[in-house]
Amino acid sequence: MELSKEKIIELKKTAKEVRRTIIKSLVSAESGHTGGSLGMADIFTAFYFHILKHNPEEPLWPERDRLILSNGHIVPARYSAMAHAGYFSVEELENGLRKFGTVFQGHPDRKFLPSMETTSGPLGCGLGQASGIALGAKMDGKNFYTYCIMSDGEHQEGNLWESVMFAGKYKIDNLTGIIDRNNIQITGRTENVMPLESLRNKYEAFNWNVVEVDGHDFVKFIEAIEMAKISHGKPTVIIAHTIPGKGIKEIENDYKWHGIAPNKEQGERFLLELNLD
Amino acid sequence: MLNRTKHLNPKLFDADVEKKYIRDGFGQGLLFAGEKNRKVVALSGDLSDSIRLTQFKERFPERYFEVGVAEQNLATVASGFAYYGKIPFMTSFAVFSPGRNWEQIRTTIALNNVPVKMIGSHAGIAVGEDGATHQSLEDIALMRVLPNVTVIVPCDYEEAKKTVHEIVEHNKPVYMRFDRSKVPVITTNDSPFKIGKAEILWDSSNPVVTIIAIGYLVHNALLCAKELEKEGIQILVVNNHTIKPMDEELILGVAKRTGAIVTVEDHQIAGGMGSAVAEFLAKTYPVPIEFVGVDNKFGQSGTPAELIKHYGLDVESIKKAVLKIIKRNQKPY
Repeated sequence: MELSKEKIIELKKTAKEVRRTIIKSLVSAESGHTGGSLGMADIFTAFYFHILKHNPEEPLWPERDRLILSNGHIVPARYSAMAHAGYFSVEELENGLRKFGTVFQGHPDRKFLPSMETTSGPLGCGLGQASGIALGAKMDGKNFYTYCIMSDGEHQEGNLWESVMFAGKYKIDNLTGIIDRNNIQITGRTENVMPLESLRNKYEAFNWNVVEVDGHDFVKFIEAIEMAKISHGKPTVIIAHTIPGKGIKEIENDYKWHGIAPNKEQGERFLLELNLD
Repeated sequence: MLNRTKHLNPKLFDADVEKKYIRDGFGQGLLFAGEKNRKVVALSGDLSDSIRLTQFKERFPERYFEVGVAEQNLATVASGFAYYGKIPFMTSFAVFSPGRNWEQIRTTIALNNVPVKMIGSHAGIAVGEDGATHQSLEDIALMRVLPNVTVIVPCDYEEAKKTVHEIVEHNKPVYMRFDRSKVPVITTNDSPFKIGKAEILWDSSNPVVTIIAIGYLVHNALLCAKELEKEGIQILVVNNHTIKPMDEELILGVAKRTGAIVTVEDHQIAGGMGSAVAEFLAKTYPVPIEFVGVDNKFGQSGTPAELIKHYGLDVESIKKAVLKIIKRNQKPY
């Protein structure tokens, strides 16, 4: 589907609202993962406001596309995009993230919120689950797509490469992986902690299509998804280059913001900065 | 005496009692399950012949998936299949699954609460010649600690077939464990089997001890009961195939009836079936318990019979435990 100029403007506007909610909910939670959540706000917005076949009124509609979040720690971005898409109240999320008795668990838990699809967080597990879902759907001739969002850091997990091998072997072409290639992980830059490059060559060697895009460019990212959908005989991975902390200059690309939340004063400053843009 | 209502193998105590692989019962059961239910899929971790998937693979190639030597992916793919709506059987040796992929099982199967059927074969010291690395003595502990998971250890070929039949329809994660060797066939097609329902296989009018056993060692427990009967000692033998959820009503009943328990399993004593019995009885009806199992050791190479004797799982060791607990019960507290 061609993206109109109006649609792009609208997506950008929505992404800004998604970022506002991420910041507000993290401030209220007093803990959580800021860098990756802000970095993936555009991609989650693209999914919930353009790409996914879904219905917030019926979250488990059998024909929905499945979006599996493997690196569960960036779930504030998913909660926020879903809240703005009408799955639940923005206000409840902004006050309820990581709080006792709410559905907004620190890492997604489908027992509390079935629309999360899977309970996740421990890294490296999502792609195998997504492969099982996509393969099951293929066997039954189902038309929905399965997407799996992964971090770059979790590519240090052996389990993940076992799944890359498996999806390549079984030619699971209704499966698309998205890598949040933000180059940071909790203790530093990925290439210092444990080098990952060349991700492209590695995936290609395992019989995957590889597309690399700027993860903040709605047009390019959505084009990549459209290409993945028509790919035949191979799964596709989109290496989405993103900026952790995107939108807040003082924290962009700073790995120290992987796993912490802004305090109240920082939160207010960050929200002001978003408004200036 | 043998409980007639359980329709056990009449040749149970004969020297030439028929011996069969429990894993053959699993393979047969899976084949029937595949015929009956199109949602059943099988996942292999490069051990399809050992775990008797071959017939399923030939009959349903489109429902058979070879994951390779990759147990973590075995668990995560199975989780995805189950979440989608298939009934996946993920199969490996118990030492690798749940041994190697326990966290994947915890997060993606148990916590996600999806109905994957996890099959751990070649469990226990009776694996024999392969030695300590391949003798899974910890898997029951690993699996029974997980909420949502049902844990079943069939005692023979027939019971393995029935277990598969039952767990296909059981909409929960299940761990099914069995060993490698050819072992006596204890039950028949007519013997009762229900998940969560233990069975008294040997009954007496005035029993003083109950042996609660699982797996192929149920046979040793029955042999022990027969020997003790000759010596005038009356006991009960329970096949406690479902470790979780345990048949609490029956366990409480036999504890009250006999006032002493001996548990028998091819597993570490710590955390095993005996521990589960003890946890339950400690809070409901405390009675003395002796634990027959592997006592805080790793194994070694040898024939199953040699290892069963060396690690104290043979008839003689069970008998000793029974006599010991009778003595304990005679002493005033």
